[in-house]
Amino acid sequence: MIGVDWPTYVQLLGLVQNSIIAAAVLGVVGGLIGVFVMQRDMAFAVHGISELSFAGAAAALLLGVNVVAGSIVGSLVAAAIIGVLGARARDRNSIIGVLMPFGLGLGILFLALYPGRSGNKFGLLTGQIISVDLPQLGLLLGISALVLVSLLVIWRPLTFDSLDPEVASARGVPGRALSIVFMTLLGLTVAVSVQVIGALLVLALLVTPAAAALRVSASPVLVPVLSMLFGLVSAVGGILLAIGGSLPISPYITTISFAIYVVCRLLERRVKSGASRRPRTPALAEVAR
Amino acid sequence: MTPEPTTAPTPAPARSRSPGPAAHPAPVLSIRGGALRFGPRTLWSGLDLDVHPGEFIAVLGANGTGKTSLLKAMLGEQRLSAGEVLVDGHPAHRGHRGIGYIPQQKIVAPGTPLRGRDLVMLGVNGRRYGPPITSRADREKVDALLAAVGATDYADQPLGSLSGGEQQRLRVAQSLADDPALLLCDEPLMSLDLHHQRGVSELIDARRRDHATAVVFVTHDVNPVLGMVDRVLYLAHGRFTIGAPDEVLRSEVLSQLYGTPVDVFHSHGRIVVVGAPDGDHHHGVVA
Repeated sequence: MIGVDWPTYVQLLGLVQNSIIAAAVLGVVGGLIGVFVMQRDMAFAVHGISELSFAGAAAALLLGVNVVAGSIVGSLVAAAIIGVLGARARDRNSIIGVLMPFGLGLGILFLALYPGRSGNKFGLLTGQIISVDLPQLGLLLGISALVLVSLLVIWRPLTFDSLDPEVASARGVPGRALSIVFMTLLGLTVAVSVQVIGALLVLALLVTPAAAALRVSASPVLVPVLSMLFGLVSAVGGILLAIGGSLPISPYITTISFAIYVVCRLLERRVKSGASRRPRTPALAEVAR
Repeated sequence: MTPEPTTAPTPAPARSRSPGPAAHPAPVLSIRGGALRFGPRTLWSGLDLDVHPGEFIAVLGANGTGKTSLLKAMLGEQRLSAGEVLVDGHPAHRGHRGIGYIPQQKIVAPGTPLRGRDLVMLGVNGRRYGPPITSRADREKVDALLAAVGATDYADQPLGSLSGGEQQRLRVAQSLADDPALLLCDEPLMSLDLHHQRGVSELIDARRRDHATAVVFVTHDVNPVLGMVDRVLYLAHGRFTIGAPDEVLRSEVLSQLYGTPVDVFHSHGRIVVVGAPDGDHHHGVVA
């Protein structure tokens, strides 16, 4: 970024306008759903889904159909398998561990068979946001809006089920149905994120912002807001930095998102080592570990 | 092995130390001819139980005797193999508004962005869909619930940073959100120290005294609630017996229930059962 040619930069900015909009929206949606990914301990599932999403996108590329659609199909298949077979956390991890290399292998096979340019190929793994065209942008925005609205509608029951499935169920929250809906929303979010940041780096938008937010707050309002903000800053900031140079976008996004996380961890330490966590009566302090 | 009850289920004896059943109150909860079988194994059968407003019933028994399954049946989440469960005269169903449920204490996942008061708030609006905006009325209700269980001081602390006893107080508050007529408690004192065992059980006892809320309390150790219990339902070996604590927790009654000699000792106000098969000495520490 040293010696940036500003007129050229502004010109480039106009060219990647679609990408910036897509990144902003994905940063927000990824940050929001990331809060539930953390609560439901599903970071590994996100990674597993993204590999199958990659396989779906690669298959679509090979067949000459819409890559986003292929990506979505792959994602939803993975989300359904994980949701149905992996209701319990222990089963889930082994199923994801089995699914992930299979998806990645399939994807590599399809790419190897694909006769087109190799630049398209690895974009699916490591990001290709510069190439977002208008119809694609429309699809991304539509899906993101659907995920956003759905999450807000099921927010409280999903929070209840994530915290305490037994009590939630006793109170009439349909845990199983919610779980299926959540996995579907997660699958959709992963599929659109793969288009921006690539299958290998999806976690930087779906997990890191929420993990960072949880370091500095436990408020059910502040955590989602911060997480969305962190996702937005990472995704858009990554593009703004990348178009000035010749490096790909993904490393910028992952680095910003990682830096935010590190700062949040440092802030957390300062908050905790500062004033004592809370006043307690001696009798309570004694028995509270 | 015949899974017949050794003791006929007896109606609740009128007890002076608790509000107990009023003159002719309708039972909050009724089980008629309840049976639960898993494959060839019968956990219990022929179970008849009426729980009246303000009554405190302790369900005792070793692991695997179907205590928790019985509670799940009351919640409408476990189908009985035979018989029926009626709550307020209607078949039990999931999400019944008249039931409050208190589970055992458990570790809160580290990635949980909730504070103490948010746990209680979930009891108030946790099953509501739509934009997660809390109304002033909901917030005031949560404040009142927090005050009622003495949890106001730590209500704004992260849930994961609270001690087991503090969490259980919050769960009691959560369970009371809909002003339930029946409280179902599944080992709510598990892994709490004596101080918090007393605090939490006294909260539950106060609730049933002040609001005539019926309590069904599943526990492996009756001692923390011994002074509150009206009747004991003791499950063992596919059989059961029901009665007042001093009628059931006796050497000859439990020996007959288990079909093997069992000793019940009273020591400094605590009850200790010794000699029960498969090591289920669950009424206190056995040296």
